[in-house]
Amino acid sequence: MKFRKYFGLRFLTYLLTVWIGITFIFFIPRMFPSDPVENMIGQMQSRSGQMDPAQMDALRSQLRVQFGLEGSLIEQYFTFLWKGLLHFDFGPSLMSYPTPVGEIIGMYLPYTLFLSLTTTVIAWVIGNIIGLLAGFRKNKLSSKILEGVAICIYPVPYFIIALVLQIVFAFVLGWFPIQTTINTQGNFAVWFASLLKASILPALSMLLVGTGWWIISMKSLAGTTSEEDFVLFARYRGISEGKIGKNYVFRNSILTQVTALAMSLGGVFGGSIMTEIVFGYPGVGSLVQKAILMSDYNMILGCITISIVAISTATLIVDLIYPFIDPRIRYN
Amino acid sequence: MKKNVKKFWKNANISLKAGLIMTAIFVIIGFVIYFLPHTNPFTFNSYPSKLKPTSEHWLGTTSMGQDVIWLLIEAIHNSLLIGLIVATIGTVAGVFIGLLAGFSGGWVDRILTVVTDTFIVIPSLPILILMTSFMKGTSTVLVMALVLAMFAWAWPSRQIRSMALSMRERDFIHTAWFSGEGTVQVVITEILPYAFTWSLSNFMNATLAAIASESSLAVLGLSPGNLISLGNMIQWARERNAIFTKQWFWIGSPILATAVMFIGLFLLITGYNDYLSMKRGR
Repeated sequence: MKFRKYFGLRFLTYLLTVWIGITFIFFIPRMFPSDPVENMIGQMQSRSGQMDPAQMDALRSQLRVQFGLEGSLIEQYFTFLWKGLLHFDFGPSLMSYPTPVGEIIGMYLPYTLFLSLTTTVIAWVIGNIIGLLAGFRKNKLSSKILEGVAICIYPVPYFIIALVLQIVFAFVLGWFPIQTTINTQGNFAVWFASLLKASILPALSMLLVGTGWWIISMKSLAGTTSEEDFVLFARYRGISEGKIGKNYVFRNSILTQVTALAMSLGGVFGGSIMTEIVFGYPGVGSLVQKAILMSDYNMILGCITISIVAISTATLIVDLIYPFIDPRIRYN
Repeated sequence: MKKNVKKFWKNANISLKAGLIMTAIFVIIGFVIYFLPHTNPFTFNSYPSKLKPTSEHWLGTTSMGQDVIWLLIEAIHNSLLIGLIVATIGTVAGVFIGLLAGFSGGWVDRILTVVTDTFIVIPSLPILILMTSFMKGTSTVLVMALVLAMFAWAWPSRQIRSMALSMRERDFIHTAWFSGEGTVQVVITEILPYAFTWSLSNFMNATLAAIASESSLAVLGLSPGNLISLGNMIQWARERNAIFTKQWFWIGSPILATAVMFIGLFLLITGYNDYLSMKRGR
């Protein structure tokens, strides 16, 4: 059974990726000399003046447990895997002590997912349609102009596009607020309206980059496919151009694009982080930036772990859709 | 030589030509003009602050009295340099690991392949953020380049491995083998020339990716604090509210330079790939 083998292999890679990623996340901070507990005690002392030594020792050992720094390295590692990966428990946040990191990330993550998932899907659909049309009629002037525009947008990093949009639309034209604010006080409708308004510029900048890439890659794929012998044969058989485009060129090129979509998700998430930071959009990106500024290492660890799990899971889901589109994997 | 250049230029497609010209301009700015004598652009209050562009300061000065154009030239130099260092390390390591995996086979190959595949799918930006946040602006250019190179070797390694696997079965490799050449010699004289044309395109890609990663980290405040790179220059201008005070040349010039540089590199890469496939007769 080919499908089961595909599924099993893919799932194994998923587990392996997450595991290696988490192992990285565990060992990287421990390679550096800075001790989060001592840092935090230092911060507390500077805020609240001197504490008596006995109280401080009690606090220190309590914090060491909370931060998962008790026991040998191996014990710490398994505690980290158990708590972090299976329960999303990364201890208390330093910048809003003692709220757990997991709780705060839970408030920010949906915004990031909303922004990155919707823009990814829209960019993929629009980009592939335009790319298909442009590649299928690649000698038309409009196709060439479209590709030219896409080439001028896609290679530019996300945050540059975001900055340009921010300067032009928010600062010079003043159509949008420069920094995002989402109204969480009002009812659902008020919140949703403010969310949509706040998301327009970040979403637009992500859409521009994303769509650009799908146009470029789909155009070259469709261009190559429409020169294949079976397309020529279909033309000789007198099949209409529309049908050739839909049934021959589209169905063959889209397979590659599904795999490419899975491969691109990590980059999209990174782009979402950068875009959020430019606009102050309240997602994981802005949270990471705040955590870096405040040296909140638990928060950084939590955000990075959840990012890796989220990206790997999304990639897995897209890869599992693949057999439903490609009959060669479904039937042996 | 001259004839070859002429022939190359005649056969080159538009993207390749445009990309070459754009990239060449940046290379000249970053590695020739950069060496013209000038005051250290990093020093504060070298000139009066917030000057508009004049014949003396072509792009004006910053709020801290730095000359914007020299800041920009130095930023282009450093960004390109980081990109080139990372791409060199990544490509050399990737080619080596790929060849090792492809030629040794067995469990060495299996382990290397699993590690390579993991590094390809692992999202690099989060891990880079984690690593650099523990150094927090105190890292040096070299450390930065090494950290970025960690994610630059995997892709070339996978490609070179599959290249090595298919090459191993070709006739001319067998001939070389039977004529008594050792594995090392076969790799150097027969495989590397093939790998080279492909590596060149990957090298440019890696340069682009490294510059992008560095500037992303810079916007997060995680790039070395004393490094004048395009990302840091943008970030400093943002921090000092260049947007609100409408110092467009200060914030705009690194944005424009980054955009044009990336488009140029991208055109160069796609143009070069098209050129190669055309040469192969497809």
